[in-house]
Amino acid sequence: MSASRQQIRFTVNGREAVVSAYPMARLLDVLRNDLALTGTKEGCGEGECGSCSVLLDGELVNSCLVPVLQVHGADVQTVEGFASEALHPVQKAFLECGGAQCGICTPGMIVATVNLLRNHPKPTMEQIREGLNGNLCRCTGYTRIFEAVRSAAEQVPAEALERPTRAKESSR
Amino acid sequence: MVGVSVPRKEGAPKVTGTAQYVDDLSFEGMIYGATVRSTIARGRITKIEFDGNIPWDEFVIVTAKDVPGKNVVSLITDDQPILAETQINHPEEPILLLAHKDRHLLPLAVAAVKIEYDELPSVHSIEDSERCQEVVWGTDNIFKTYTIDKGNVDEVWKDAAWIVEGEYTTGAQEQLYIENNGVIAQWSEQDGVTVWGSMQCPFYVHKALIALTGLPAEKVRVLQTETGGAFGGKEDYPSIIAGHAVLLAKKAGVPVKIVYDRMEDMAATTKRHPSRTRHRTAVDKDGRLLGAEIEFVIDGGAYATLSPVVLSRGTIHAGGPYYWPSIRVRSKAVATNTPPHGAFRGFGAPQSLFALERHMDYVARTIGLAPDEFRRRNLLRPGQTTATAQEIREPIDMQHLLDRALELSDYHAKTALFAKTNANSSKKKGLGIAAFLHGAGFTGSGERYLNALVGVEANERGDVRVLVSSTEFGQGTNTILCQIAAETLGLEYDDISMAPIDTHVVPNSGPTVASRTAMIIGKLVQTAAIEMRQKLVDAGLLGEDTGREAFRAACGEYTQTIGRLNGCGRYQAPPNVYWDDAKYMGEAYPAFGWAVYVAEVTVDMTTYSVTVDDFVALQEVGRVLHPVLAAGQIEGGVAQGIGYALYENIVWNKGRMLNNQMTNYIMPTSQDLPPIRVYFEEVPYAYGPYGAKGIGELPMDGPAPAILNAVVAATGMEFRSIPLLPEDIFTALAVSHKEHGVAV
Repeated sequence: MSASRQQIRFTVNGREAVVSAYPMARLLDVLRNDLALTGTKEGCGEGECGSCSVLLDGELVNSCLVPVLQVHGADVQTVEGFASEALHPVQKAFLECGGAQCGICTPGMIVATVNLLRNHPKPTMEQIREGLNGNLCRCTGYTRIFEAVRSAAEQVPAEALERPTRAKESSR
Repeated sequence: MVGVSVPRKEGAPKVTGTAQYVDDLSFEGMIYGATVRSTIARGRITKIEFDGNIPWDEFVIVTAKDVPGKNVVSLITDDQPILAETQINHPEEPILLLAHKDRHLLPLAVAAVKIEYDELPSVHSIEDSERCQEVVWGTDNIFKTYTIDKGNVDEVWKDAAWIVEGEYTTGAQEQLYIENNGVIAQWSEQDGVTVWGSMQCPFYVHKALIALTGLPAEKVRVLQTETGGAFGGKEDYPSIIAGHAVLLAKKAGVPVKIVYDRMEDMAATTKRHPSRTRHRTAVDKDGRLLGAEIEFVIDGGAYATLSPVVLSRGTIHAGGPYYWPSIRVRSKAVATNTPPHGAFRGFGAPQSLFALERHMDYVARTIGLAPDEFRRRNLLRPGQTTATAQEIREPIDMQHLLDRALELSDYHAKTALFAKTNANSSKKKGLGIAAFLHGAGFTGSGERYLNALVGVEANERGDVRVLVSSTEFGQGTNTILCQIAAETLGLEYDDISMAPIDTHVVPNSGPTVASRTAMIIGKLVQTAAIEMRQKLVDAGLLGEDTGREAFRAACGEYTQTIGRLNGCGRYQAPPNVYWDDAKYMGEAYPAFGWAVYVAEVTVDMTTYSVTVDDFVALQEVGRVLHPVLAAGQIEGGVAQGIGYALYENIVWNKGRMLNNQMTNYIMPTSQDLPPIRVYFEEVPYAYGPYGAKGIGELPMDGPAPAILNAVVAATGMEFRSIPLLPEDIFTALAVSHKEHGVAV
């Protein structure tokens, strides 16, 4: 953290964000502390548990391993970006199928599921297992999470999985 | 309402990411706390220096001298200091506390505190502790012993057709809730202390803070924040973190947050007790159990904490679901210089049941019976008595559970098939059984001492609140208690809410442990709701059989004309429950859950890895209140049990955990687990709410022995320790090949 703070601009959940942060600050901390987006959770701080999963330009990443400098000009989607007035179909499926117990892995699991369904709208069991293998859950034994994913795949309309369009291409 | 899978009460905030866990909270002026810990296992502090390029004048620094009340973590035995004074008894023992507004400066400051020690020899295994060469606790390194003695064990050996002995061990296991431990504390002269935190047992924290601060009960307030998993790991340790945060907050004059990172949480907080069990079993010529001697020992770590209670449950479960005409169980919890081991789902029973169920397979093979047939001949039947001479009064049918589990897993056909296919394959397959029981509620007289109190109240619109100290940490407490209240009052699920867990608001319904919430607290919610409804009936405002609208109108009338409308439920033991604490005989638990699990595994003889291919979990837990939540409990418990059996290995160096990261402490991922097939038999329990019994811990007991039994069936080799890692299988093979003169 020897470098001084810099202004970092990026899009979060479709809105522009400007933060003054150390370039090597973790995206996770910037989201939680500077932008009050506490839905993204820290479980291990070393990219193992996936509780801090977010979508960075549509790619699933562990925000605890991303220096905030790297998101300058990028598009970030967190769990807060999915629910509007009503629950997102993936969130609804997790709620109905019992895919959330203690809830701490749930935001990351939901982000990972959205990513999975974008890549595999009708995923096989193997694709589900592989698509969520970076997200640890200690409560459920994953069974009901798999069911939630399958149920979401049945119900989710294509537009609910669309990547948000960005206002302008940034210069990164 | 009951028996229906309604949406989880706090589900929407959880799936949208708006649920507030402790690290999501922030208060005006709040600063951050950190803990300086011992780097040695045992010794005395000789010097503390504040080194380096750290602006120490900006830090709040707390030592044992700053403790206003008693320097203890008040739980059962007052042997554990909240901060070490001079004596160190385990690695990671808290010595100093630091607080600063910049949380990034704290790790540097912690590293810059230099502590010198006079080291003393330390003890790191059950065997070392038993040798007593070093006395590290009390006069003999023993926290607690129990003896159960039923029948006449000394007489059984002469009549035995077989006497079979075996020794079994289990390792420590980390709870690995995904939310680390954390607390925020605030101190004011006027209001006393307020603590927000991730916890199971707010009144344990409350009690500990009263002792630590010397404040009266009403000046200590504890609030549970949304809790991201616990599994026992947030039963007793939050009292320590809360104590630390309170000491810092008092000195700082502002709120202090302490949230552990993963490495600190894994290294410093409690784990499942390692154990060693020795069995000696007498069997007659027909394969019936005559008697047994069982010696059960657990490693409690450096302080007593919950070890006596964990030992008790492990001791009582050591005989399992079998009929023993005679049995003697001797058990002890011993001290080592390891961070204290604590509560973890199952609480001693997974250890002693692992040993028993592995041993039952070993006995069966020794005497030439199939593992299922040997069990069938000895499973408890109604009217028979357990190891503590508790008569089985429920109409349970373990023989039926066994048959059904064998059928669901296609046990016989597959066992026969694998016997043929294994011979010519490097992938050996096998099936293994575990039959077991798990007592719900506190042991013996425990529930009577706890004397749990529960409340319900209704406002003028007829909206009902449930008041308990029973916490939600994923199991579904909120949901099932609201279901029970709704069912009892004839209301909708959405009419019921839970009061916030705040010791200034809710009564003490005891700790959220021991599979007691559904069965004990659920029943008290039902009682309280009935009492509240009766008040409306007695006031002439409600008929006996009227619906929701009439209830709501009556609530409006009552609150206007009479006053506050509420009801309460106080624990009452079921009839004929008698427990003898001295002899350790009698009704050990109000009720048991019963189960037979079958695991199917493949052992790859090229990589020595074991995969679980299929898992059947069949249990009888009384009436199922919420099918989705109940199945979720079983699936999650089985997953933890699979980890316990095959993956989760703690690497110790002189009492210090070396692999305290998720990178190298391996829990099951979405790709490591088999289909977990869950089945319930429902025999309503007369004294539970709508027939329900406890469920949370049961699924932790069966997977490890079922899996090891399957590995033994697949390989023909005896494995008696968990975790069973590929290197253990390799080593065993190497030894066996050496003995037989085969090159590895």
